Amino acid sequence: MKLVAEAIALSLHGAPVLRRVDAAVQGGELLGLIGANGAGKSTLLRVLAGLRKAGVGRVLLDGVPLRHLAPGRLALMRAYLPQDPVVHWSLRAAEVVALGRLPHAHAHADPAADAAAIDRALARTGTTALRHRRVDELSGGERMRVLLARALAVEAPVLLADEPIAGLDPLQQLRIMQVLHGLAEEGTAVIAVLHDLTLAARFCTRLLLLHEGKVLADGPPDSVLTDAHLAEAYGISVRREGGLIVPWAALAG
Amino acid sequence: MIRRDLLATLAILVAALFVASLLAGEVAIPLRDLFGGGQTAGGLILRELRLPRAILAVLVGGTLGLCGAAMQGLLRNPLAEPGVLGVSGCAAVGAVLAFYFGWAAAFPLLLPVGGIIGALLAVALLYALAGGAGLLTLLLAGAALNSLAGALIALLLNLAPSPYAIYEVLFWLMGSLTDRSMAQVGLALPGILLGGALLLGTRRALDALSLGEDAARSLGFSLGAVRLRLVLGSALAVGAAVAVSGAIGFVGLVVPHLMRPLAGRLPGAVLLPSALAGAALLLAADLAVRLIPTATELRLGVLTSLIGAPFFILLVLRMRRQEL
Repeated sequence: MKLVAEAIALSLHGAPVLRRVDAAVQGGELLGLIGANGAGKSTLLRVLAGLRKAGVGRVLLDGVPLRHLAPGRLALMRAYLPQDPVVHWSLRAAEVVALGRLPHAHAHADPAADAAAIDRALARTGTTALRHRRVDELSGGERMRVLLARALAVEAPVLLADEPIAGLDPLQQLRIMQVLHGLAEEGTAVIAVLHDLTLAARFCTRLLLLHEGKVLADGPPDSVLTDAHLAEAYGISVRREGGLIVPWAALAG
Repeated sequence: MIRRDLLATLAILVAALFVASLLAGEVAIPLRDLFGGGQTAGGLILRELRLPRAILAVLVGGTLGLCGAAMQGLLRNPLAEPGVLGVSGCAAVGAVLAFYFGWAAAFPLLLPVGGIIGALLAVALLYALAGGAGLLTLLLAGAALNSLAGALIALLLNLAPSPYAIYEVLFWLMGSLTDRSMAQVGLALPGILLGGALLLGTRRALDALSLGEDAARSLGFSLGAVRLRLVLGSALAVGAAVAVSGAIGFVGLVVPHLMRPLAGRLPGAVLLPSALAGAALLLAADLAVRLIPTATELRLGVLTSLIGAPFFILLVLRMRRQEL
């Protein structure tokens, strides 16, 4: 399965957010979407997910424009994990994960298949032991993993995750990145918006660096995370130490 | 299965209260008179007075419980209900207008139509004021609509031609099921059934909305269509119900809260149990107003508000504590 965005342009209140962005991800890849705050990462992710219309350009899923796909069909083909880890009611973890099976209920209900998919998603994210706990009683990291399990339960060939490791401790970040990495290895096309450059470099097969709504670099982590790119995109200089990328100084400008 | 047990228990409760409602009154009448073809006094009282009253309690209570649960699911706020959003208030204005100007006396069908039009206008205004906006805007729009409904009713009372008209409107606004007829059941039934069906059809979308709007959309639900179904469904059901019963508050607020620990927290799972529990609650409340020995019969809407308003305050306090 291949997800391709062609020449996406989009403005908000007259100000351009994305300026002719090309992006693509295919099965087996973990694509990290990086860039400064306001660079357009989340907007691009939402356009790729079909949740937001682009002013110009189109998004193709295996060659088919997203707008030609019925919402119910699209829901089976790509899963989306929003940035805000919100659950509005005091649901149990297993109930939350089960919501990922709703697209399948549209098509045809198969309780046994649903139960198996829910178990797999819980196991994969290490949340099986939490299944009867209420999500509002979980820690931030536990809740994020439950929500990731919800997205996994869709069992879609494409997964888009908006800042899945924001605000989590290093162990929880590691666990989530490992899950995303594992999914890609098994053939899922995964895109994640990330801020941690070290983890992005370590786990992503490819990085796409956005700067002021344009693609500044797109390729293997080493070719994207150069000093020159980081200086332009983030306005920082960095120090590198055994794979670690440490923001070191803000550049004048 | 727990859910099936809950629905069965609630259905039995509704049936038992329904029978109790038929039996309650100043004269004891055996139930078999209901089916007797003869025009006995007992049969007439049962068929013409107590039966429509009990049926309306089921219909109106069920509507309020269901709409409360659906609104709470849509707005993802446990304090939402048709009353809070001003839908009931505007329905009441529509119905009051219909009987204030004597239209309803000439054409009885205009009473529910007035209620539904009032509710629909409320919903249209809600859309105009808060369509696509956040939750806070929607709740504020509801508060604005409630003020508008209050102002319009005050205007009608102010301009009332006679004290008698004021009494009539005021008493009607208190909400009651006394002296209703099968004709009124017939007036309310279509709107309630159609609206109820629209609301029950949003079950899965409401579940998906627990994860927020983007996640719900990513799961294949069109939010515009869901909102439209919910507002149309509530307008039809609440408009029709308010038109025959007057404003009966807080059932939609209290019932889903009582059901959540039993039915689970998923908003879709709360809908049907809330409809049944709303019917049971209103049957019980309507029995209570008949059995509580007051000089003047206590109005049903007054009783539900006396129970519901403190409950509302407790809920606000609890939410506040959770925020701290």
